[in-house]
Amino acid sequence: MSTPVIQAERLRKTYGGTVAVADVSLTVERGEIYGVLGRNGAGKTTTVEMVAGLRTPDSGTVRVLGLDPTRDAAALHERVGLQLQESALPDRLRVREALDLYASFYGAPADPADLLDLLGLTAKASTAFKDLSGGQKQRLSVALALVGRPQVAILDELTTGLDPHARRETWAVVEAIRDSGVTIVLVTHLMEEAERLCDRIALIASGRVSAVGTPDEIVALAHGEQVLRVRPDGHVTDDALLGALAGVPGVRDASVADRALVVRGGGTLVQDVLVALDRHGVRTSDVRLDRASLEDAFVSLTGDGSETPADARATVPASTPEV
Amino acid sequence: MTTTTPTRPAPRGPAVLARMTAVEAKLLVRDPSVLFFALVFPVLLLTVLGLVMPWADEPYGAEDPYLSQITAITGYTPIVLCLAVATVALSTFPATIATYRQRGVLRRLSTTPVGPTRLLTAQVLVNLGVLVVAAALAVASGVLVLDIALPESPLLVVGVFALAVLAAFGLGSVVAALAPTAAAANGWGMLLYFVSLFFAGVWLPLPAMPQVVQDVAQYTPLGAASQAMTAAWVGQPFPTTQVVVMVVWALVATPVAAKLFRWS
Repeated sequence: MSTPVIQAERLRKTYGGTVAVADVSLTVERGEIYGVLGRNGAGKTTTVEMVAGLRTPDSGTVRVLGLDPTRDAAALHERVGLQLQESALPDRLRVREALDLYASFYGAPADPADLLDLLGLTAKASTAFKDLSGGQKQRLSVALALVGRPQVAILDELTTGLDPHARRETWAVVEAIRDSGVTIVLVTHLMEEAERLCDRIALIASGRVSAVGTPDEIVALAHGEQVLRVRPDGHVTDDALLGALAGVPGVRDASVADRALVVRGGGTLVQDVLVALDRHGVRTSDVRLDRASLEDAFVSLTGDGSETPADARATVPASTPEV
Repeated sequence: MTTTTPTRPAPRGPAVLARMTAVEAKLLVRDPSVLFFALVFPVLLLTVLGLVMPWADEPYGAEDPYLSQITAITGYTPIVLCLAVATVALSTFPATIATYRQRGVLRRLSTTPVGPTRLLTAQVLVNLGVLVVAAALAVASGVLVLDIALPESPLLVVGVFALAVLAAFGLGSVVAALAPTAAAANGWGMLLYFVSLFFAGVWLPLPAMPQVVQDVAQYTPLGAASQAMTAAWVGQPFPTTQVVVMVVWALVATPVAAKLFRWS
């Protein structure tokens, strides 16, 4: 039962002189949404293409549901649904026709009508592919990846090019799919998407995994730091404030700025600091906690930050410490 | 080792191919321009020329003992059949395949248990179907409306037609295999198409061309097809050279296309 759904070890793939994937290992457990997060060109797509048996790694091993993707490609494709980046359909093919056709490829397909319902495409069943909106095309693409009732669905850049509304709709669909028992590998370069959907994330930079963990753990890996601001009620001297923190675990740095105590640290910082202050008679009704965002983790873990990820929000909270 | 991985019966190949072919046929029927050029244009060209051209009922070749026995529009019929072959093999087919590759249709299929090979087969079948109907329409209209003479060796005409299909689809497949984009496939296909039409005699029937052009034409797939089909139609001696040329084109081009084909 505990066998991972996907186990990839030390994958490597080069094209001519270009190293697309240098060394990537992934372990995806049953039932989770696993994010493969990285900048454009980091090697995400090549990685999942090797996992899905579309490319053969130069070295390294992959097992998906116990199958070798290269050797057992046909059996793998029965059980693993793949939604590829920028993969269109013939212009004049209609939604329902596409689903019916793809359903005929599998031994035990899902009911196309149910899928249309799940993905909100029922009203578009007889619409030609070229007349669909971007979001509808993406949802049809997801439907095609799911029509074989896969145990694993790999979704590559699912929401790229969608407006925020369509993006949120698609996220809801991904959660619904996971709730139906499908393990999902979500390839994305959007922090917000990974943070919202993923149980665990592998951060990929320059063809290597630079961090793996829950979104929170990734953030902690990058900074391990919380920034707590406490403004005491009434007047308390700076020395008294700082003195109260002596010996409090988890405090790495404390200072007073503009009558507010600024404490940096990790672990159970908030509780420890407030308890210590209380013990020294310092009362407060103004507490603020800033945490590093996944965005900051992404920047600090994937490189020097000189090139901005395509869709990254540029705003880093002012309180976030330099790493 | 994992939980349940039930062995599901794989769908049978012929059933999937039939389904794909039906879908491809629908898509083709929904494309009016393809439908017109592949299906309607040959019969339209033959019929209109036959009805309005003053030369239509004159002898095809004044001096040739065989060609003088048939009308010019009868002599033009094999040419129109070659045009029909060239249209699907060099224009419709490679452009569709290149579009499917460029837009990721083939790649998407390679993520399914079925794979993209069957789509190529389905495309060939659909194009062949259209071609057979187009040829039948042209000949039927020729017989019923223009009163063309029927072939002296009908079986040889059919055989040459089949060889022409193999040679031309071989060439079209090379275009489909090599063209990096749909636009490139269109461009290369069109170039080959118009050169082929020239050598097949669409604009100027071969007997009216200089000998050197006729000599060159017999080494091109559709020039050879046109000459061989005309010979079979009017009962000239067996067109050995042209038949060999078509066989060679088919035998060389098809494996080359298969070898060079890129799925994405």
